[in-house]
Amino acid sequence: MKAPVAWLFIGAFLAVCATFLVAPTAMLAIQAVTGEDGFTLAYIETLGQYRYRVAFEHSLYLSLASATAGVVAGGLVAFAVLKPGAPAWLRSLVTSFSAVAANFAGVPLAFAFISTLGTLGLLTMLLKRIGLDLYDMGFSLFSITGLTLTYSYFQIPLMVIIITPAIAALRPSWREAAEILGATPGQYWRHVGLPVLAPSLIAAWILLFGNAFSAYATAYALTSGNIGLVTTEISAVLSGNVAADPQIGAALSVGMIVVMVTVLAISTAMTRRASRWTARS
Amino acid sequence: MATVEVNRVSKSFAGRQVLADLSLTMGEGELVCLLGPSGCGKTTLLRIIAGFIPPESGRVLVAGKDVTALSPSARRMGMVFQAYSLFPNMTALDNVRFGPRVAGRPKSEQIARAGQLLDLVGLSEHADKYPHQLSGGQQQRVALARALAVQPQVLLLDEPLSALDAKVRVQLREEIRRIQRETGVTTVLVTHDQEEALSISDRVAVMNEGRLLQVASPSTIYREPSCGFVARFIGSGAVLRGVAEGHSVRVANLALPASAAAAHVHGAAVEMFIRPENVRLQPMNGQLPPGAVGVEVRERTFLGSLTRIRLTLPGTDDQFSLWADLASEQAEAFIPGSRVVAQWDEAAPRVMPDADAGLRNG
Amino acid sequence: MSGAGANRMGPGGWTTLILAGVYFVVPLAMTAAFSLWEGGSTYGFEAYRLLLASADLPDALLLSMELALATVAALLLLLVPAMIFMNLYAPGLRPLFEFIATLPFVVPAIALVAGLTALFTGPEWLIGTPFYLVIPYFFLALPFAYRSLDVGLRAIDLTTLTEAGQSLGAGMGQIIRMVILPSLRAALVGSTLLTLAVVMGEFTFANVLLFRTFAVYMNQMGQHEATAAAALAVVSFLITWAAMLGVLIAGRGQTSIPGGH
Ligand SMILES: Nc1ncnc2c1ncn2[C@@H]1O[C@H](COP(=O)(O)OP(=O)(O)OP(=O)(O)O)[C@@H](O)[C@H]1O
Ligand SMILES: [Mg+2]
Repeated sequence: MKAPVAWLFIGAFLAVCATFLVAPTAMLAIQAVTGEDGFTLAYIETLGQYRYRVAFEHSLYLSLASATAGVVAGGLVAFAVLKPGAPAWLRSLVTSFSAVAANFAGVPLAFAFISTLGTLGLLTMLLKRIGLDLYDMGFSLFSITGLTLTYSYFQIPLMVIIITPAIAALRPSWREAAEILGATPGQYWRHVGLPVLAPSLIAAWILLFGNAFSAYATAYALTSGNIGLVTTEISAVLSGNVAADPQIGAALSVGMIVVMVTVLAISTAMTRRASRWTARS
Repeated sequence: MATVEVNRVSKSFAGRQVLADLSLTMGEGELVCLLGPSGCGKTTLLRIIAGFIPPESGRVLVAGKDVTALSPSARRMGMVFQAYSLFPNMTALDNVRFGPRVAGRPKSEQIARAGQLLDLVGLSEHADKYPHQLSGGQQQRVALARALAVQPQVLLLDEPLSALDAKVRVQLREEIRRIQRETGVTTVLVTHDQEEALSISDRVAVMNEGRLLQVASPSTIYREPSCGFVARFIGSGAVLRGVAEGHSVRVANLALPASAAAAHVHGAAVEMFIRPENVRLQPMNGQLPPGAVGVEVRERTFLGSLTRIRLTLPGTDDQFSLWADLASEQAEAFIPGSRVVAQWDEAAPRVMPDADAGLRNG
Repeated sequence: MSGAGANRMGPGGWTTLILAGVYFVVPLAMTAAFSLWEGGSTYGFEAYRLLLASADLPDALLLSMELALATVAALLLLLVPAMIFMNLYAPGLRPLFEFIATLPFVVPAIALVAGLTALFTGPEWLIGTPFYLVIPYFFLALPFAYRSLDVGLRAIDLTTLTEAGQSLGAGMGQIIRMVILPSLRAALVGSTLLTLAVVMGEFTFANVLLFRTFAVYMNQMGQHEATAAAALAVVSFLITWAAMLGVLIAGRGQTSIPGGH
């Protein structure tokens, strides 16, 4: 063996991952089912309580909605910019802005939306002046709808970044071949464009879903915990803001991991189905 | 099947004229090859016929009907692209039945038709493969079958063989020819490859800078090029600029025998064109026979059974070259640097007016 | 519809882009305007002055920067050599590495904090210092750093390069320094800047573990002072912009820029 140094580095990396990533995750699983007298399912069962059930519902809804909004809107934006007729400056503007906006999240994003659409936000005030009272009409930035609107601010650009290479890889000759064979644009998209994009769209959707599902800072800064999400509930347990056992935090975390693994498994199965025709399968 | 008429079509991109008042008429079931250097507008012409690009002026008629305003999907044409145009998410069979499918034909009919066409291109066993599982040649066969599945009036092929290796290319072009004859579909094939054009077309159309220079049968194009450009572009050979003097052309200080020169005014600027297979060589011994020219051997290029020898006219500073093709074992005797005797049939050279002479002198 | 028309930016395309433009520009413009509001109808830079004057800002900012640099160092010392050596000597471990790189995605940040808190209740020198945060930050940055390094490593034929280098008599260290690292330049600069951007804005871990980083400070500040919050949002947008500009220039389009929160 020529490279003991190599194994030293590989070993160090794996050890760090085992100690600080795998072990804590395993610890969560253990803690979630360990009570004072050993094994118990009591904490897992508390997830069925109204408070936590709602938190999961909120988180799932928010993630589904913002991921879907991101995939659709981001996909359309990327598609529009990639048309050969689009000016080059527009393309680079959208790409670079997306890179910034996709990483502009958390506290500052929440503040930006509060400054704009909060109860005293500038846009809210402006609209009120012209007789459009958003909050009277039932809108609130501090609701799930408001959160979805806010999350879209990083979800859409993230989608643009992820899907651009896939859309750019659609060959113009496929479109032209379809056209000259008599297909309408709709038929082209149904039979060729979307099926070819499907694996990328699924992968993008799952990434956006996970991105929203694990987001914490934006929601925390925006709602100060008034809207229960799984992430904010866990943080409440951890910081002792609510009188709850740490095991409940662990159970909630395990719940999140289960959701993520399930979504990942479903998407993997879907991707496999959708990419039967690619070289890899 | 239908006639195709391209009528005075012009097109520019960003102010640069790519097609200039171009006309071309094709008969029913004819196969015409568009041949020309890169960037001369072949693809543009083909795409105008297909309807992907609107012409600036001029019309395209199919079977006498003006189709200029029709979209590609309404033109009933088939097209095969250079490469990679098969839908990657569909099997060969699904690719081929795409046309009938979007036209709303019954499924059994789609499959029967696709099956026949895959048979025609010899790929029945590969019907269920995806494009990435097929070789380049097989992919282009599927593309051909797919284009034929809509029973097109016109078949357009844009360098369909250029991504393939030489052997497959020859094989597939024969097959395209056979299938074209069997189906009788009027066909335009764009190619870079003059051998391909000469071997399979009914007529060859040579293009340069957005214009058609000559449209004629392969043998006419080869034997009677209409101008120096066509002569240089098709096959190989020497084009020598000179002045017509009776039955010869004066190049530098030599009178080169060419009976065709007699058709030109004495003293007119002409281009004399002679193919390498027409030039014979002998060792220099003593006097030059009448009608022979003393030349210098420059280099030899081994081409297999033939060897091509480049010759220069003496005292011309290497300005005037001509070539001779010799059986390789004979060529051994002609060593670069030596003086030899070149001869040809007086009737062999073609003499054309020198189109650029005015420009050069003016 | 005409064939040529299919390629143009039709009214549909422009409508999409204009709607998106409004959605993305309005909050930024409003926030910028709001940050300049000084009550009534006076406008100025008071909010920004207030920010700068705050006694806690330098500490918070410095801490976040130190953490960002420490995280980058950890990635460079731990992840980069491990990936290079894995590719060279133990390609069989690739699936394991892939799995590890996906884990932080499946285990959300907050869950990892919960796990860390449950597992490590000491020693004080580890969990008592803010540098404890480097551990979760390392895993936060891991997926995208891994992804961009992997792209970079696949682009160069590592084995051939190394064999070529060795046949010229170069030692392993020399090869890594002179051949491999330069080829990874774009990937390294890209993931470094992304890590900096992510760590500077990271809130989850710091807030739960009770360390006053820049983002935590921002949040506290914003809870009391609305215009200061707006000013902070503007400032962090500019910081993110600068970092992404660096990534784009470093990668010249080849580094992927994922988001990560
Ligand atoms: N969409 C376009 N925009 C601008 N210029 C174009 C466009 N399409 C073609 N051209 C220009 O028109 C000229 C002719 O192009 P065309 O593709 O018809 O050439 P070609 O004869 O097919 O060449 P090749 O043999 O290389 O394929 C070229 O100079 C090309 O640069
Ligand atoms: Mg072309």
